[in-house]
Amino acid sequence: MPVLWIVLAVFGLGLIGYFAGRMRALGSAGGDARRLHSLPNYYGWHAFMLTVVPALLVLAAWLLVAPSMIDTRIGDSLPESAIAEGGSRSLVMAEVRRAAVALDMAIEQGRMDSETAANLRSDMADVTARLKETGAIITSTITQPVLRAAQEFRVLSGISNFWMTVVVGLLAIAGFALALLQTHKDFRARNTVEAGIKTILILASTIAILTTVGIVLSMFFETGNFFEKYAWTEFFFGTKWAPDFRGDSELGMLPLLWGTLYISFVALAVAVPVGLFAAIYLSEYAGPKLRAVAKPMIEILAGIPTIVYGLFALITVGPIVRDWIAQPLGLGNSTNSVMTAGLVMGIMLIPFVSSLSDDIINAVPQAMRDGSFGLGATHSETIKQVVLPAALPGIVGAVLLAASRAIGETMIVVMGAGAAAAQFQEGLGAVINPFEAMTTVTVKIVSQLTGDTDFASPETLVAFALGLTLFVITLGLNVLALYIVRKYREQYE
Amino acid sequence: MTDATANTPAAPKEGKHAGSLFDADARTQKRNASEARFRALGLGAIGIGVAALIVLLVSILSQGLPAFQQTFITLDVYLDEAKLDKNGERDIEKIKKVSTFGYAPLIKNAMTSRNEELGIDMAALGVSDKEMSAMVSKEAAAQLRRFVIANPDRIGDTVEFEFLASGRIDGYYKGRVTLESAERDSNVSPGQLQYADALKEGGALSTHFNWGFLTMADASENRPEAAGIGVAMIGSLYMMLVVLFLALPIGVAASIYLEEFAPKNWFTDMIEVNISNLAAVPSIVFGILGLAIFINYAGLPQSAPIVGGLVLTLMTLPTIIISTRASLKSVPPSIRDAALGVGASKMQSVFHHVLPLAMPGILTGTIIGLAQALGETAPLMLIGMVAFVREFPSAPPEGFFDPASALPVQVYNWTTRADPAFVERASGAIIVLLCFLLCMNFLAIILRRRFERRW
Repeated sequence: MPVLWIVLAVFGLGLIGYFAGRMRALGSAGGDARRLHSLPNYYGWHAFMLTVVPALLVLAAWLLVAPSMIDTRIGDSLPESAIAEGGSRSLVMAEVRRAAVALDMAIEQGRMDSETAANLRSDMADVTARLKETGAIITSTITQPVLRAAQEFRVLSGISNFWMTVVVGLLAIAGFALALLQTHKDFRARNTVEAGIKTILILASTIAILTTVGIVLSMFFETGNFFEKYAWTEFFFGTKWAPDFRGDSELGMLPLLWGTLYISFVALAVAVPVGLFAAIYLSEYAGPKLRAVAKPMIEILAGIPTIVYGLFALITVGPIVRDWIAQPLGLGNSTNSVMTAGLVMGIMLIPFVSSLSDDIINAVPQAMRDGSFGLGATHSETIKQVVLPAALPGIVGAVLLAASRAIGETMIVVMGAGAAAAQFQEGLGAVINPFEAMTTVTVKIVSQLTGDTDFASPETLVAFALGLTLFVITLGLNVLALYIVRKYREQYE
Repeated sequence: MTDATANTPAAPKEGKHAGSLFDADARTQKRNASEARFRALGLGAIGIGVAALIVLLVSILSQGLPAFQQTFITLDVYLDEAKLDKNGERDIEKIKKVSTFGYAPLIKNAMTSRNEELGIDMAALGVSDKEMSAMVSKEAAAQLRRFVIANPDRIGDTVEFEFLASGRIDGYYKGRVTLESAERDSNVSPGQLQYADALKEGGALSTHFNWGFLTMADASENRPEAAGIGVAMIGSLYMMLVVLFLALPIGVAASIYLEEFAPKNWFTDMIEVNISNLAAVPSIVFGILGLAIFINYAGLPQSAPIVGGLVLTLMTLPTIIISTRASLKSVPPSIRDAALGVGASKMQSVFHHVLPLAMPGILTGTIIGLAQALGETAPLMLIGMVAFVREFPSAPPEGFFDPASALPVQVYNWTTRADPAFVERASGAIIVLLCFLLCMNFLAIILRRRFERRW
C-alpha cells in the first residue's frame, strides 16, 4: 500500500478513536461530564494519540531502515562479474533500482503483467528496448545479473511493503483497542495526554542534538574513508592543491586555508572599522531621526542573500577592481580576486559588526559616561577611553562571530574569488598579491561535490575532510566568541 | 551671556592661563578638532554602509530590469499541409512525428514573405538565408510545433505568431550588442542588426514586457532568450512549503519545551548549546549533511525539493527556535499565574494562553526564517539542485520528489554560462527573489505592528 494511504488510514482510525474514546468515557459516567476525572476531549485525544503516534513512529523508522537493508542484501548477492562491468557496486545498484522502477512502470502501464515481469530474462526479446518504452530512465543495456537483481529488488520491496502495512496497521489497531479499554470515568486521561504531549515536545527539542550528531557523524565517517586512501599528514600539511580525477592527486589543504584566511582578513579589514564606527555614531551621536533611517538601511544589508552579493562581486565589483586598480598597477588581469571577494564580503559583514557592537555599546552604563563628562572629557575622548574599553570584550566577540561567518561564506567566494588554489611553489609574491584569483575551502567543497562524482575516490571524499575542518574552525570561533561575551558581560549587570 | 558681553574683558594677559574662555587655546582646539574628526569618521562609516547598499541595489536593478523586456518578431506563418500532414488525415500521432526541424522552413518562408511585404532587400543588407533564420530564436520552431499539436485543425491556415527574437538581436535593443561588436561576433553580423532595424520600422519587430521570463523553464546554453524562472520559482515554493510545515511545528514544540518545561540540567544545557551553535554553522555544512544523510544514506532523489526542504528546515530551525523563545519569554508571568490560579494545568496554561499571545512574535520569526531559507544557495548546490531542469515538477505530493531548481541556484547557474544575456537573466531573477524577500519582510513588519502587545 502506498505510504500516503497508510498514513491517511492511521489518521482515520485515530479520528474514530477520538470520538469513540470520548463517547465511551461519557458513557461510563452516565452522560454526566462532571463525574469524569478529565474533560471529555482528553479521553478522545488519549485514544487518538495511542492510535496514531506509535504507528507513525514505526512507519517512519521502517521507511528509514528498510531501503538500506534491501540494498545491502541485493548488493551482496550481485556477482562480482556484474560489478566489474559496471564500475562500482553503487553504480550497479543505481542501475538495478532504475530497472526495478522501469518494471513497475511497465506493469502500471499494462505493457507487461506481473508474471512476465517477474520471469523476464535479458536474453528474451530486447528487454532494454521494452523497458525504455515505458519512459523510465534506462541508460545502458540491461544485463542478466542486473535484471535478476531488479526482480529480486521488486520482490523484497514488495515483502517489506506488505509487512510494513501489516505491522503499522496492527499497531494502530492495538493502540486503538488499548486506549478504549483504558477509557473509564476514573481514568486520568488529562495527565496521560499531557505526559504524551510533553514527550513529543522533548523529541522535537532533541532534533537540534540529532542534527549536530548527524553533521559530525556523516563527516567523520567519510573523512575516515578519505584518510584511508590519502595520508592525513599530506592533507593537513601539504602545500599543493592539484586534484585530478584520473587519480594521483595532490590534496594539500594549506593553499585553501590560506585563501580562506586571506579573504576573511580583507573582509574584516573592511567590515570592522566601518561597522564599529557606524555603531559608535549610531549609538552615541546620532539623533533619533538619523538612527531611524540609517539603522534599518544598514540592517537591510544583513537580509540580502549571499547570492546577490556574489552576483554583485561578479558583475560590478570585479570589473571595477580589475580595470581601475589591478591593471593600472600591473598586479593582475582577473575579475576574480581576493580583493573583490574580500570587499564584497566586507560589505556583507558590516551589519553583523555594527548591530552587535551597537547592542554592546548601549549596554555600557550611562553612569560611566557621565563620570567621564564630569571630568571634562570630550565626547570622543569618553568613547575612546571609557566606553570602548568597557565594551571591548563584547566587540571582540562580535568580530570573532563575523570572522566565523567570513570563513564559512560560500557564494561570494565561489563567484568572486576564483577557482585556482594559491601557488605556494611560485614564491611569496603570487601568494600575497590580493589581485590574483585565489580559492577557498568552501569553493573546493562545492566544486568537488557537484557534478558527476564517484563517492569512492579521494578527490570527492576530500570535500568531507574539508567540511569537517571548516566545521571545527567555525565552531571553535563561535564557542570562543560566546565564552568571551558571556564572561565579560556580567561585570555591569 | 549678557553679563559676559557687557563686561568686556580687560587687556589679555600673558602666560599659560591667558585669554578669554571663548578663545580656545591650542590644546582645546586640538581636542575639538579630534572630536570633529571622530564624528566625521562615524558619519563616513554610515555613509559607506548606505552607499554600499545603494550601489548594490542600483547595479542589480540596472542589470536586471531589461530581463523583463524581450524582443519579439511577429510573423504570419502558413501552416503548410504538405509539410506537416502529408496525407491530410489529421492523425495527431503522425503530426507529432514531424520534429522541430520540419517546422523551421515554415518560419523561413514566413520571414521571406514578410520581407517582400516590407520591401526589405536581403541581398543589399548582405544577410544570407541562414542568417535570416537565425534571427528568430531556436525556440520558435518548438513553439510552432506545440501550437500545431494543440490545434491540428488549423493546418492549412495562415496564423499570426509572435516569436522570440534570438538573444543577440534582443541584446541589440538593450545596448548589449552594437554594430561594432557584431563585426567581431561570430553569432551575429551587422547586416542582421540592420535587418532587425528594418523589421522594426515595418512594425514586425517589437520590444515589450516578457511574461515568459516568469513562467518558462530554463533553456539551454544557446537560447538565453527562452530561459525563464518558472521551474525555479515552483521549486522554491515547494521547498518553502516543506520548511513551513516542518520547521514551524518542530520549532514551536522545541521552544515550548525549552522555555516552559525544561528543568535546569545537563540535558537542557546541551540542547541550548547545540541550538546556538547550529545557528552559526556555515550553511554549506548543512549541504554536506543533506548529501550524506538524505541522499547517500536514505536514498532520496537528487535535486528534489523534498531534500532541499529538509536541509533548509534543519538550517532554519535555530532561527525559529530563538525567536519563538524570545516571544514566549515576553508573555508576562502573570498570565501563566492567573491561568494556574483558576485551576488550569501547566500544559493548559501554555497552550490556551501563553501560546496564542506569543503567536504574532512566532509568526514574525518564522517569516524571517523562511526569507533566510529562500535566499540560501550553497547547501542546495551540494544536493544536486544545479542540474539543468526543463520539466516542471508535478503537483504535490509527488512533485516534492521530482527534480526542480531553486531561484538562487538558478541565478548561480546562469552566471556560469558564457552568453552575457544570461547575466541579465540572472540579475532579473535576483530582482524577483528580492521582491519576494521584501514582501515577506514587509508582512513580518505588518504582523509585528498590528498584533504586537506591550505589557
